[in-house]
Amino acid sequence: MLEVSGISRSFGGLKALDGISLSVAQGSITGLIGPNGAGKTTMFGVISGFIAPDAGSVVYQATDITTEPAHLRARRGIARTFQIVQPFAGLSVGENIAVGAYLRHASPSEAKARAEAVAARVGLGAMFDRSASALTVAGRKRLELARALATEPDLLLLDEVLAGLNPSEIRDILPVIQDIRASGVTILMIEHVMQAVMALCDDIFVMAQGRMIAEGKPDAVCRDPMVIEAYLGHGAAARMQEAGNA
Amino acid sequence: MKRRELLFIFALLAALVLVPLLASNLLINFLVTALIVALAAQGWNILGGLGGQISFGHAAFFGTGAYVTELLQLRFGVNAWLAALVGIGVAAALGWTIGAAVFRARLRGSYFALVTLAFAEVLRILANALEFTGGATGLLLKLQPGAAQFQFESRAVFAWIAIAVVGVVLLLTRHIANSRFGAQLVAVRENEDAARALGVDIIATKLRAITLSAAITASAGVLYVQYFLYLDAQIGYGTWISIEALLAAIIGGVGTVAGPVIGALALHALGELTKGFAGSITGIDLVIFGLLLVAAVAFAPAGIVGAWKRYVGGRRNA
Repeated sequence: MLEVSGISRSFGGLKALDGISLSVAQGSITGLIGPNGAGKTTMFGVISGFIAPDAGSVVYQATDITTEPAHLRARRGIARTFQIVQPFAGLSVGENIAVGAYLRHASPSEAKARAEAVAARVGLGAMFDRSASALTVAGRKRLELARALATEPDLLLLDEVLAGLNPSEIRDILPVIQDIRASGVTILMIEHVMQAVMALCDDIFVMAQGRMIAEGKPDAVCRDPMVIEAYLGHGAAARMQEAGNA
Repeated sequence: MKRRELLFIFALLAALVLVPLLASNLLINFLVTALIVALAAQGWNILGGLGGQISFGHAAFFGTGAYVTELLQLRFGVNAWLAALVGIGVAAALGWTIGAAVFRARLRGSYFALVTLAFAEVLRILANALEFTGGATGLLLKLQPGAAQFQFESRAVFAWIAIAVVGVVLLLTRHIANSRFGAQLVAVRENEDAARALGVDIIATKLRAITLSAAITASAGVLYVQYFLYLDAQIGYGTWISIEALLAAIIGGVGTVAGPVIGALALHALGELTKGFAGSITGIDLVIFGLLLVAAVAFAPAGIVGAWKRYVGGRRNA
């Protein structure tokens, strides 16, 4: 469904992305993990059209969209959430979600009905008329999800929707994500909560320092020495091996 | 809630319609001036209130509407009504052009405000300098009362026309606020990145807003020349109308449907009252305006309409 190849992007002297390629299969939940500063969010920016790459291409459903602006990609069916939540703070929860719904529905009553349905689906039904600024962190994460869902996407990019949530909140939201996939939406997610990544993802890509260092099934990726070293430091894999043998 | 807003709009218009029947010419003059400012403020409110693009230069649109309307009649003998339509159209085109230049350059916030101010000032200086626009002496439209000339012997008739225009714009604003365009415009005001991610074309949305905003404010300029028949650069492109439009909208309630009209009426009523009380002190009304603005920003950032909604909401919850 999504084929990204050879993406590079520098900010001044910093090479944030260095020849990154990844692919997302239709109907899958694909994980994008890696330590802080690996370039994951930059990668999302490139895929969703917020950041122009210096080199490489983004192909979505057999169309090259590398230079297409963000709002046109949203119309194509690519929706994203933001790692740092970006609510329309002056609006109610319902109005926030309705902005997403207006993408496919011009009529106010249809957009509102659609927003209500989405709010119920992510568990914000009771907060519909409350101000978005009154939401808790968990509520704001749900709102990000709800707005993106309201655009009726085919591909949903989730940037750390679980970060900052406590274990019981995470337990509540996992079924919501599974339910979204079950409804036919393909998901690419950046996530640090490994418990969730292992539970949800079909395939995982691992980035570190702007490069793709591993890809594969969740359990294989977790055992990959390169991945362990990226997270725990150089030589960590060997030390773990020794500790295991001792 | 929504229905009550509509009811309020019609009650306000009905009350205004009655005023010219009872009032003296002086009071009608006051009413028409307040309505013209209200209309300019309604235009400002579309872009500044709903869209969050604060303009300091709506005089550019007010003056263009006024000058084009007057010049077409004076220099080319065009019918007044047609001239008015062209005036509004030219101002809308000017709005679009300024928007295309400024929004594409990604100017926002105080930069946008300063650029709009610069456009208005350039136009003021040009209008003041050029022979064609009457220079510093200004332009006087020939008095020829008659509906065909968009001039009326009775001031009341003109007041009713102004009320009708304000009413149409009230309903239009209400329609926009409840529409897809309105929701997207507010989304742009609140957070551009989030809006883009939801498929909103930021530049196109802002361009629609500034074009419409310019057209509405231009219609205020048209009413001004057709009522007072006189125009110079200070009136048309002076900062007074930029400031009054913004002040009326802020004091009445930024981004609300009726706020600009209520703000304009309240400000002008207050201005007249203070002139009556302290007429000997020049500029006292401006001092009061300034104090009011400070008070509004400090204590009622959502303006009169916002404060009223909070009061009613508070009582209902009590």
